[in-house]
Amino acid sequence: MKRSKWALPYFIFLVLFVLLPLIIIAVYAFRATDGTFTMSNISAFFTKPTIVKTFWRSMEIAVENTLICLLIGYPVAFILADKNLNKSAFTAILFILPMWINALMRTIATAEIFHAAGLPLGRGSLLFGMAYDYLPFMIYPIYTVLNKMDKSYSEAARDLGASSFKAFTKVTLPLSLPGIMSGIMMVFMPTVSTFAVAEILTRNKIQLFGSLINEQFNNMMWGQGAALSLIMLVIVGLTTLLPTGEAEETEGGTI
Amino acid sequence: MARPNPDEIIINIEHLSKSFGEKKVLDDINLYIKRGEFITFLGPSGCGKTTMLRMIAGFLEPTEGVITLDGKNMVGVPPYQRPLNTVFQKYALFPHLNVFDNVAFGLKLQKVPKDEIRKRVSKVLKLVSMADYEKRDVSSLSGGQQQRIAIARAIVNRPKVLLLDEPLAALDLKMRKDMQIELKEMHEKLGITFIYVTHDQEAALTLSDTIAVMNEGKIQQIGTPTDIYNEPVNAFVADFIGESNILNGTMIEDRKVKFLGQVFECVDEGFGVNTPVDVVVRPEDIVVKKKLDGAQFTGTIKSCVFKGVHYEMFAMTPDGYEVMLQNYRKFDVGTEVGMTIDPYDIQVMHKDCTENVFKGVMKSSNKVEFIGEVWECEETGFEPGTEVDVHVPFNKVDLEDDEKTTTGAGNVNFLLYKGNHYHLTIITDMGYHVYVDTNDVWDKNDMVGIEILPENMKITKR
Repeated sequence: MKRSKWALPYFIFLVLFVLLPLIIIAVYAFRATDGTFTMSNISAFFTKPTIVKTFWRSMEIAVENTLICLLIGYPVAFILADKNLNKSAFTAILFILPMWINALMRTIATAEIFHAAGLPLGRGSLLFGMAYDYLPFMIYPIYTVLNKMDKSYSEAARDLGASSFKAFTKVTLPLSLPGIMSGIMMVFMPTVSTFAVAEILTRNKIQLFGSLINEQFNNMMWGQGAALSLIMLVIVGLTTLLPTGEAEETEGGTI
Repeated sequence: MARPNPDEIIINIEHLSKSFGEKKVLDDINLYIKRGEFITFLGPSGCGKTTMLRMIAGFLEPTEGVITLDGKNMVGVPPYQRPLNTVFQKYALFPHLNVFDNVAFGLKLQKVPKDEIRKRVSKVLKLVSMADYEKRDVSSLSGGQQQRIAIARAIVNRPKVLLLDEPLAALDLKMRKDMQIELKEMHEKLGITFIYVTHDQEAALTLSDTIAVMNEGKIQQIGTPTDIYNEPVNAFVADFIGESNILNGTMIEDRKVKFLGQVFECVDEGFGVNTPVDVVVRPEDIVVKKKLDGAQFTGTIKSCVFKGVHYEMFAMTPDGYEVMLQNYRKFDVGTEVGMTIDPYDIQVMHKDCTENVFKGVMKSSNKVEFIGEVWECEETGFEPGTEVDVHVPFNKVDLEDDEKTTTGAGNVNFLLYKGNHYHLTIITDMGYHVYVDTNDVWDKNDMVGIEILPENMKITKR
């Protein structure tokens, strides 16, 4: 038997569970209720004010969350990867540990904590919950890159006249860019499409693009929901085309 | 050596020690480096040479001691404020910058004007024969080319001292030889001090004005390459630098030394009468002839290997000593040969010690504790708690393969072939040194069990 035949089950799986659903989504997106071709579902994205507003709000929150994760995650990854500052692998595990618990449970727990503390649920609680959920996805790829980086690079920079800070900005930071880029992707992509987190953490006060799609399907508006899904897919797909800073992607911390 | 004028000294190191936790890596180093000199720190891995270089560069702070550069204390001064630059072992060229930006890195930080940067970078790239490579990606360069860029990146800053950390280790043999010559020329052209760290004795002898041979955190010998080669101060240096016959001998009186069962004339004086010594004879200094008359000693050729320029042979003397010979002439295996050694070619050295002396404490009248273990000994009649010296001859220490069944254990740290037996230095788990003479073959870093029989210990009150 040819080696390639072994791939057959996976090929069937791909067709059934990836390709076919995508085709169904595309078909629904361009089909009116009477079965004829229409662009109205797609054009609604650009014309209906509620959809446009929800979309930009989602993007805004996704960007904010990614920034928060980067600002907290980079220093954490840096400390974890520095063998003088962090002497045991245990601390690294502590940061990865929340990933072992179901995200929905963590989110519900976060909402309960806000509730118990008497804090209002809204944009603040949403960003807090999201950052808590996605922080490990930012830390891990950056940590991997920094951990693998030869420390003689930063020593060479200091030897050539750079202070520790300059050595960081001129050498360590640019060299860790592949890790930063994959961290950004891993946080940004899921936050754009999230809906359950927003519903739980804001008690539906803030509607995100993901929730909007969810709502369409709940109201049997298959065509509109499929069109919005397709658009989101394209946007998420586009973020993967962001420059990774380094030609050799394999050296990055993509997981 | 007479200490030169203070103006001629660029780096002065006094009582320098460094410990990592319990482990002492450098032990009370004293050294001065002259302006414009090419000095090499030479030693096996783990001897402390790289630690010393990193302390001079400022990446490590000493546990004790002072490093001064041009009279200024460097301890506590961060690397970027020291007027020296380093060529790293694996070059550490910045992969995100091209050749020009790598070389210009230091100048840009110093805010040197743009056109001057351009001028200085192209000048230094010309010096390392890499003028056409400015725009190239560093990862597209070969090992030798990366090496040149690493040197260019360091010297473009016009440091007072250039530090080189095994810079040729990653190159192949031919390339290494070429780079050695280039480094030497560069040193002459630039006129700055070079500090070179290596375990490659051949590179050290070729390049250096001065060599500091290091072992176990101490400088064993400092001198010119010829001094170190011709007059090694101890068996370690003799063994580490070049090929040598190291033999046990006895200094009978001034200018008369006995080894290989013969009395030889030599030029050494002041060792006293009937003093045990180590004798070093370089294999190329033994004159070999087919004629046996007039020879000082004789032997039979046991092996003969062609080494390119010369033949390397081993001869067995009637007394059972193996002697290494190097000669342009080939002597076939089995040939009976006569050998002579010129008095000037015999190097006599003091022995560090002639037997093991351990500081111990009596546990009971027939049990003694030393080197961290309790050993059975013969009835001494000493009270428990008595402080004693335990004397054990080198050849009365037994080594075993299985360290679990013996009283002591350690690693073979250094081994020396002495013509008819091996002299080993064992370092125990607790860091104590045990010296052993044996006919068995052990390898460096072998884990061995140590046993000493009660009748082989001589115990005296301290």
